[in-house]
Amino acid sequence: MNGSTRLRLRRGALLGPALVWWTALLAAPVLLVLAYSVFQRGVYGGVVYDFSLDNFDRIADSLYLDVLWFSVRVAGEATLVALLIGYPAAWFIATRPERWRTILLVLVVLPFWTSLLIRTYSWMVLLNDEGLINNGLQSLGIIDEPLSLLYNEFAIVLGLTYGYLPLMILPLYAAIERLSPELREAASDLGASGWRAFLTVTFPLTRAGVTAGCIFVFVPSLGNFLVPDLLGGGREQMVGNLIQTQFLKARDWPFGATLALAIIALMTIVLLIQAWINARDRTREVA
Amino acid sequence: MRGRVGGKVLGVGFAATLAFLYLPILVLVVLSFNASGLPTSWGGFTTGWYSELLNNDGLTKAFLNTLIVAFWATLISVVLGTLLAFGLEKAVKSTGLDAVSYIPMIIPDIVLAIALLSFYNLVFTQWLGLSLGLWSVILGHATFGIAFVAIIVRTRLRHFDDSMVEASLDLGANELRTFRHVTLPAITPGIVAGALVAFTLSLDEFVIAFFTAGTSVTFPIQVYSMVRFGVTPEINAAATLVVGVSLVLTVLALRLRGRSETTL
Repeated sequence: MNGSTRLRLRRGALLGPALVWWTALLAAPVLLVLAYSVFQRGVYGGVVYDFSLDNFDRIADSLYLDVLWFSVRVAGEATLVALLIGYPAAWFIATRPERWRTILLVLVVLPFWTSLLIRTYSWMVLLNDEGLINNGLQSLGIIDEPLSLLYNEFAIVLGLTYGYLPLMILPLYAAIERLSPELREAASDLGASGWRAFLTVTFPLTRAGVTAGCIFVFVPSLGNFLVPDLLGGGREQMVGNLIQTQFLKARDWPFGATLALAIIALMTIVLLIQAWINARDRTREVA
Repeated sequence: MRGRVGGKVLGVGFAATLAFLYLPILVLVVLSFNASGLPTSWGGFTTGWYSELLNNDGLTKAFLNTLIVAFWATLISVVLGTLLAFGLEKAVKSTGLDAVSYIPMIIPDIVLAIALLSFYNLVFTQWLGLSLGLWSVILGHATFGIAFVAIIVRTRLRHFDDSMVEASLDLGANELRTFRHVTLPAITPGIVAGALVAFTLSLDEFVIAFFTAGTSVTFPIQVYSMVRFGVTPEINAAATLVVGVSLVLTVLALRLRGRSETTL
């Protein structure tokens, strides 16, 4: 056996199993479901292989456009709130002595590795009408009637922010930690000039971390099913809930597939914007 | 001076952020020991909800199912993911393949879930006449597990000194012996960490299981259907157990991966 055959055999043995697995159980399924978007639902569910673009007409209906817009808005709000909480938190960690940084970072990331279902459920316990927050406020005499904190947009944004905040903090930390100490010092001086220095000098230098963190929160929020399902209570629907309804209740798989295609398209747009911002920042650094 | 005031504000803000992250979980833990069973009044300490949990056949069966799924998904993920990590670090340098190996981690879970459901339905149910069950969840969980194991093992491989392998080969050990006695021991912590991560992810995964489990029930599916009926003290106990297990596994994984690799 000559060298190049051996090399090829070795490559095949190492890469082959995973690539075959992903061809069969990732590429083929995703392509199949996306192909469903140009077919029709059968009378008794199932897929009828008649080519048509009806599903794309239907998704342009204001009913569904509203749901898509609501999903984008909610995901955007969660991303913004996570950024506002996450940036100072990442800044704090990055400016600690080195041995503290790892510990604090682990503390921030740990909750992310526990079940999203259970972390979302915990907010149901806190937010419902007889929940801890309403009960506490009532016993303190601050409110008479329970506030409706659950099953609305507020609850969904809160749940998504809570679920994905660690994913915002990680890339921000990495970006801030790379800054020179002098730059950080100038910006932590909270006077007017300090703020200006922060906004015009420091913040732009961490923009790669900001865009990465925003992507990490926005993308899983956009297609989320669990958080709007539990905290929106069916009253507020995001596109993930709509897909679930199409697949498991209405049994209109082709239309559900079209909605999934919409999520992927939106994701792609967001990723392109990120790539564009990063590319622009890099050319500026060179210039 | 102003800088110090700013620092204090940051410190208070960070403490509030940690409270935001941990208080909801802590509330569940405390409530799981609350005898009154209500979120709003403390009726004394009890472990009664945990005994109820053990007597709840639906939950215990679902928990066993989840362990089965997580075990097989982890086994597949570790074998294929480790091979892939070697392939991408030592055999082929390709940014295209690198990108492909990230897709299972970033694809929205609902998209993967309906994709797998459609595929299983066509290939396994309609063509082969099989019905979905735990095995179909295992396949789905391994699909993303492979990617996580691969990325973790890769970071370990990158820090591994190739000259050790050369030395071993020069000294007359063949490739297999070198792999077993030099390479494998060096990357074992990475493989174990990857296994723990794959196991934790599978244990907690809900969406793919919900769509592709057929009539089988995993622990997250069972908890989900209980949650939909309302808040009960039993769920708090179940939640506490799951969060506890996940935290222990994650801390172990982080320790194995070493201080510099805490980011994933």
